[in-house]
This record gives sequence, structure tokens and C-alpha cells, in this order.
Amino acid sequence: MTLLVGIFFAVAIYLFLSQHIIRMLLGAAVLGNAVNLLIFTSGRLTLEIPPILTGYETTTGMLTANPLPQALILTAIVISFSFFAFLLVLSYRAYQELGTDDTVEMRFAEPENQDLPPLGY
Amino acid sequence: MNSFMPSTTFAVLLLPFIAALFAPALTRLLKHNAAWILALVPAAICWHFSGFLAEISAGEVVTGGYQWVPALKVNFSWYIDGLSLTFALLITGIGTLIVLYSGGYLKGHAQLGRFFSFILMFMGSMLGLVMSDSFLMFFIFWELTSITSFLLIGFDNKREASRRAALQALVVTGGGGLFLLAGLLLIWNVTGYSEMSLLLRSGSLLADSPYYIAIFVLVLGGAFTKSAQFPMHFWLPNAMEAPTPVSAYLHSATMVKAGVYLLMRLNPVLGDTMAWHIVLPLFGGTTLIVGTLLAIRQTDLKLMLAYTTVSSLGLLVMLTGFGTEKAIEGAVLYLVAHCLFKGALFMVAGIIDHEAGTRDVTKLGGLMTAMPITFAAALASAISMAGLPPFFGFLAKEEIYAGLWQVSFWGGLLTIVAIVGNALMFVIGFVVALKPFLGRRKLKLGNVHEGPVLLWLGPVLLATASLLTAIFSPMTHRLITSPMASAVEGEPVSAYISLVPHIGMPLLLSLITVAIGVFAYINVARLRALMIYALYKIGWGPDKGFDQFIRGTVRLSFRVTNFIQPGRMEFYMKVIFILVAVSILLPMALFDEWPAMPQWPDTISRYEAVIMAIAAVGLFSVLYAKDRLTAIVSLGIQGFAVALLFMLFGAPDLSFTQFMVETLSVVILALAMTRLRLTPTDHRPLKEKIFDTIISLACATAFVLLLLKVTQLPFDTTLSDFFTRYSLSIAHGANIVNVILVDFRGTDTWGEIAVVMVAGLAILSLIRIRTRPANAIAANDPAEEDERL
Repeated sequence: MTLLVGIFFAVAIYLFLSQHIIRMLLGAAVLGNAVNLLIFTSGRLTLEIPPILTGYETTTGMLTANPLPQALILTAIVISFSFFAFLLVLSYRAYQELGTDDTVEMRFAEPENQDLPPLGY
Repeated sequence: MNSFMPSTTFAVLLLPFIAALFAPALTRLLKHNAAWILALVPAAICWHFSGFLAEISAGEVVTGGYQWVPALKVNFSWYIDGLSLTFALLITGIGTLIVLYSGGYLKGHAQLGRFFSFILMFMGSMLGLVMSDSFLMFFIFWELTSITSFLLIGFDNKREASRRAALQALVVTGGGGLFLLAGLLLIWNVTGYSEMSLLLRSGSLLADSPYYIAIFVLVLGGAFTKSAQFPMHFWLPNAMEAPTPVSAYLHSATMVKAGVYLLMRLNPVLGDTMAWHIVLPLFGGTTLIVGTLLAIRQTDLKLMLAYTTVSSLGLLVMLTGFGTEKAIEGAVLYLVAHCLFKGALFMVAGIIDHEAGTRDVTKLGGLMTAMPITFAAALASAISMAGLPPFFGFLAKEEIYAGLWQVSFWGGLLTIVAIVGNALMFVIGFVVALKPFLGRRKLKLGNVHEGPVLLWLGPVLLATASLLTAIFSPMTHRLITSPMASAVEGEPVSAYISLVPHIGMPLLLSLITVAIGVFAYINVARLRALMIYALYKIGWGPDKGFDQFIRGTVRLSFRVTNFIQPGRMEFYMKVIFILVAVSILLPMALFDEWPAMPQWPDTISRYEAVIMAIAAVGLFSVLYAKDRLTAIVSLGIQGFAVALLFMLFGAPDLSFTQFMVETLSVVILALAMTRLRLTPTDHRPLKEKIFDTIISLACATAFVLLLLKVTQLPFDTTLSDFFTRYSLSIAHGANIVNVILVDFRGTDTWGEIAVVMVAGLAILSLIRIRTRPANAIAANDPAEEDERL
């Protein structure tokens, strides 16, 4: 499982480093999963018993899954989804306005070859 | 100290700032005549402080103040002894005259109100500086004088020379202020005292401390920049860009003496060491000679005076460093004398400039009949500056020679330095006071006449003060000189010198000085030519160095900015991920906290293995997808695989959510991608690909190792147990995950919903923006944008 998390991270970061916004977008989606799995795994893994109380027991004597990371991840999934959707639309608009999907060519905010600031007083 | 009783002194310290607040409004009402009312402020303060004269001259000190930050032992407290009282009287006394003079000098100026405001603020800062007992207060006022000086030098902000001079003064004195801060903090650490009054009683605690040299250098860094000691002298002549009242007040009588004040104040605890006796006279003496030589070169009245101010400050530092009782007395006398004659001479230069329209000494002449009052004041002040009787400067110079003259190499050398310096100042004094007035009237000058009373009142009163203080020398000594010298020396000292000539070495040295001075005065034009030639040969000076420094700083920061912000996204990304890998791996390597080698789980079920394999396959096909549809589908595959994993490990809620989100993602992505003509394949060069692979693998390894380490540590189940135990009994819910989300962490979920909503709104607004013409965004000019709207 840990190894799988590693693969997720490697792929996500590799996608991030490619210079296309659409690949970076895919990277963001994968990274979301990678982080979720990281949290999930560090909350320890137990097989198949969901953290649901069955009513007639007050304390769960048997071993259930850890509920805390699940709650955190549930929040994270939803947030990363809305983030993903926002990024998607943002990159779509950027593509429309700038006509490129290559971050190297996106030099609008920080143009290349800026001049020295004035040296006078 | 702990009482919160209102105190007059406290009110008096605040008064200039309050007056500064009302000055612009008052000036709008009364025009330049507001000077008469505003001058009442420093006059009143001066009156208040002169009330302390009797007490201080009896050898007592006055302290007072309030607690400011008791937890840090920081107080707002003042300390009045001979030294600070003399300074306070000079600041407010001359301040009164300066305010009047400004009213005349800047009559009709559109920003006169602002000018009054700045001058009063400066006065308050300077007063606070010399009154301060606590270090913090001292430092704050010290920096306030730098800032107000910046405002005043740059008063004529439309000229570049003004702006440059202001910036230069701020950089030099502000930088020195940082030295001072470090020095004061170090003193505080070494002695445990944060107040001057306590520090002065600490004896040789500082001189014996191992940090003495560090403290010494830091304090000197503050004092030498403020008091324009060579090679930091260059800002002071440039500060002459300020209006003349500012030059007369800040840059001769008061602010530049703050450094000397600091040295005198700390003389009892820092002085009397080898370093003190050598370094101070060395810098002071150099400054004295360099200053006078540079003054000779100038033809502008103000610049000549400015350079002699530099050399006078050098003389004061030299005397303070020399440190014999007579030398200290000489320094004290000279300080007071200098304030009186230099302030007057600056004002005279200003009057000439104001009335004749030029300050160039070669273009002036024959103004004596036109401006008799000004001439009288100028002559009196120049005589005092030259050190001739019957003015106060004479007493000062005699005492200086008496103090320096020793039959030793060091004493002899410094005496020669003092003689040369004094002789050259003698020359400058008379050049300023005689050349514009005597000789033939230059034709170009036109119809010049005496200035208004607001202008000549100041120099006349100061010149009179020079005379009276000398004639009534016993009283001056009793009230001013002796208490101040005692404060500097740290033990009671009495001065006796009077106008009555006393045969001896000092008088002989004075005669030599006068002889050299007269000789140099006759040959001043030749000397000037010689100096100009010498400086032309040297070529480079600290003033040029400052420009180079500033340009260098701008260039350097430009390069640094270009390096760390090249505007290339992939560069930022690489740096971030490399740092992520390093920040996780480095501590592990340093503290040897590698996780133990995990055992391959033998109980791995077939389901798990298959699902993990599916996820891995999905991931890799995202990487190698040749067209967008494959990429989207592969993204979906890994997402669903994750959902299945959640299911397997007992998290059905997660699983359902993940399924839904992944489905939505894929659908949206597919919709959007069809509108984009994109090639999801990657066209980076192979070298970059390999490099990126290494980075991503390093990061991934770091996370894997971190995760292994975490899972190998004992698990703290406190929180999970808490939720498990109470979810039914408190929140009445069986599904613990749901209970945590909507009940225990309900506010969090609320925030989460808000995030989703904001994202939705942002998406909506992004979609609904109409596409503007392509050139609209290329122009990137807010003004144009507005016009278009």
C-alpha cells in the first residue's frame, strides 16, 4: 500500500513538472488521491469493518477501521474536487485568452527581458 | 518613577509634536506671521528647562518618567544633567530663532506650514533624544531625527539633487542607527541596565567586559555616521540642499551633534581605554583636517560652512577621545560656541542668498553698506569662529590648546592637527563674513538691501550671545560649562577660563594659529586652486562611492529577483518539489531516523493485489496516454481503483464519495477537453524528462519513507477512541464518520461547504466573462482598462 502511495506521488509530481496546464491538471487530480491515501494509510489499515456502531454495543470491542482519517479524507475529497473543477475552468479560460497551454509561453504577469529599474533618485 | 502623576516635563517633551500638528492650519491663517506664535513653543520649552539650571549647577540630576512596558523593563523616562540640559537649552533656544528665521526665509512659500511642522517635529525628536534615559526611547528619538532630517532635506522634492541628498542622509544615518541599536542592546545584555542613569553609575563594568570592543565599534558606528566623521562625512555637505534654516539648525547646531552627544554621554563608562584614546582622536583629527581642506575648495557660502561643520565635529570627537579634564572642558566650550557662531553664520549665508540671489563668494562683494546689520552679526560670529577675543570662541580655543598641549608625541601631534584645523577655519570664517561685504560692489548684484527683521533677528541674537557668554564667563561656567563638563567627565569639574589673557602655551599657540590663518586668508584663491587640482587628481570620493553603492544595490536586487523569479512556472515547480524532497530526506539523514525495512505482507489478498495493480496501470496510462480520451479514461481508472481500496479497508462512505467525484471529474474533464485543442503528449527534451523523473522519484521516495516511518511508530488512538466512545452517547449517531463530520467537526464541514460554494461562484464568473479583444489583455494598463469600461 505504501508503495502504491509512492507511485501516486511520483506520477503526480511528474505530471506537475510537465509544462502543459492540462497535464498539470491531471497531476492535481492524482495528487489529491495520493494525499488522501497517505492520510488513510498513516491512520493504519484494517480490513473490511467499517466504523459503524451496531446499536446494542456501547464500546466497540472488536477492531473497526479508524474513523478519524476517514472524516478528514471525506472533507478533502470534496474540497479537491471543487478545486479541480475551478482549476479546469481557469486553465480553460487561460487557454482561450492566451492561446497556449504551455506554461513557458505564459509570460503575461512576468514578461521576459524586463529592463533595469531606474537608477536615478 | 512608578507614579503616573502628570509631569510638566512630560508635557514639554510632547509639546513640539502637538504644535507640529497645528502648524499647517495656523500658517494657512496667518501666513508667515505664524512664526511669531509658533516660536513661542520652543521659547516656552526653553523657559521650562532654564528652571532646572539652579538645581543642575548645584551638581544634582533630575529624573522622571513612566513605565512603558514593565514586563520588558522598558520605561519612558528622562534624565537631566549638565550635558542634556545644555543641549536642551541650545535646541530650544536656537530653535526659537530658527522658527522666526524660517518665517522670513520661506515667506510666501506654498508649503510653509508643512515646513514649520517638520521643523517642530524635528525639535521634539532632538529634545527627546538628549532627554532620554531609557535606551529604547533614546533609539526611537535618534531614528526620528534621521527621519525628520530626511523630510527636511528633501523639502524641495521637485529637484533630483534634493531627493538624492535626503536619501543619502537617511541611508547613512539610518544605517548608523542600526549599529547603535545593536550596541545599546549589547550594553543592555552585558550590564543588565536599560537606562542611562543606571548605566552611568556602573563604573568600569563595560570597560572590563569582554564585549567591550564590540560595543565600542557599534556605538562608534552610530555616532560617526550621525556626526559625519570621515569617511562618512559626505552626506552632510550634500544635506545643504535643504532650505537654509534647516542647514543652520539640523546640520550645524543640533542633529549632527547627536553623535558627539552620544560619545560624551557614554564617556564615563566607555571612555578612558586605550581604544577610546586612540580611535576617537584618529578619526576626529582626520575629519578635522579633511573637512577644512575641502571647505577651502568651495566657493558656495553654505558648502564652505558645511565642511567646517564637518571639521568642527571632528575636533569635538578628537577632544572627547583625548579625554583629559581640560580637553573635555574645551570640547564643551567649543560645542556651545560652535552652535552660536555656526548657526548665526548659516543664517547670514541664507540672508545673503535671499537678498542678493547668489551664494557664490566669487560673485559677491561690497554688500556692507546695503546690509549693515547682517554684516555686524557675520563679523562677530566669524571672530568667534576664528577664536579671537572678545567672543566665546576664544575661550573655547584657549581651553582646547590647554587641554591638548602635552609634551608627548600624541599630544603634540594632536595640537598640530588642532592648530592647522583652527587656522583653516579662521580662513573660512573670514571668507564667509568679509568677502561678500567688503571690496567693490559687483555690478550684477543689482539693488540689494537689508533683510526683514524676521531674518536678521536670529544671527544678531546669536552673535550677542557669543559676546555675552564670553564677557560673563564665570556665570556661563557656573551654569553651563562646569555642569556639562562634569557630566561628560563623570566627576565634578570646574572651568575657570576667562577673557583675561593669560601668558602661557595656549596663548602662544593661538598666536601661531592666527598667523597661519592670516597668511592663508591672503592666499585663499591659490589654496582653492591647489585643492581643486588635488581632488581632481584623486578623482574618487565617498560621495561617488555612495552612488555606486546605490546603483550596485539596485543592480544586485534586480539580478537576484531575475534569478529567483524568472517568471518560469516549471522553475518554481522544480524548486518547490526539490525542497519538499530535501526537507523530508535531510532530517532523516541527519538524525539517522530511517524507517526499518518493512516486511512484505504475506497475507495480502488477491482482491487487494488486483485493485492496486489496476490503480498502478491507470496511473501509468495517464502518463503515456497518446490522446486526451485515453488520459481521461485512465484518470478515471485510477480514481475508481482508489474508491475500491477505500471500500476494502472499511471506509464505505469514502468509497461512495470517491465514486461520485471521480465520475463527475471524468465527465467534466471530457466536456472541457473537447473544447480545447490540446496535445496531452509531452514535448519536453529528453534531458528535462530525466531530470523531472529524478525529482518526482526523489519526492515519492521521501513520502514513502515518511509513511513507513509513521506506520512503524506506536499509534496514538486517543482521538479515535474518543470519537468511537461518544459518538452514540453524545451525538446519537451510529456511523462514526458521519457523526464526526456533521457534529463534532460541524463547523469544519460548514467551511468546506463554503469553499465549494465559492469555487462554484468563481467558476461561474470565469465562464461568464466575455472574451475581450486580444490586445486588451496585452496592454495591461489599468488606466486604459478604465477608459474602455
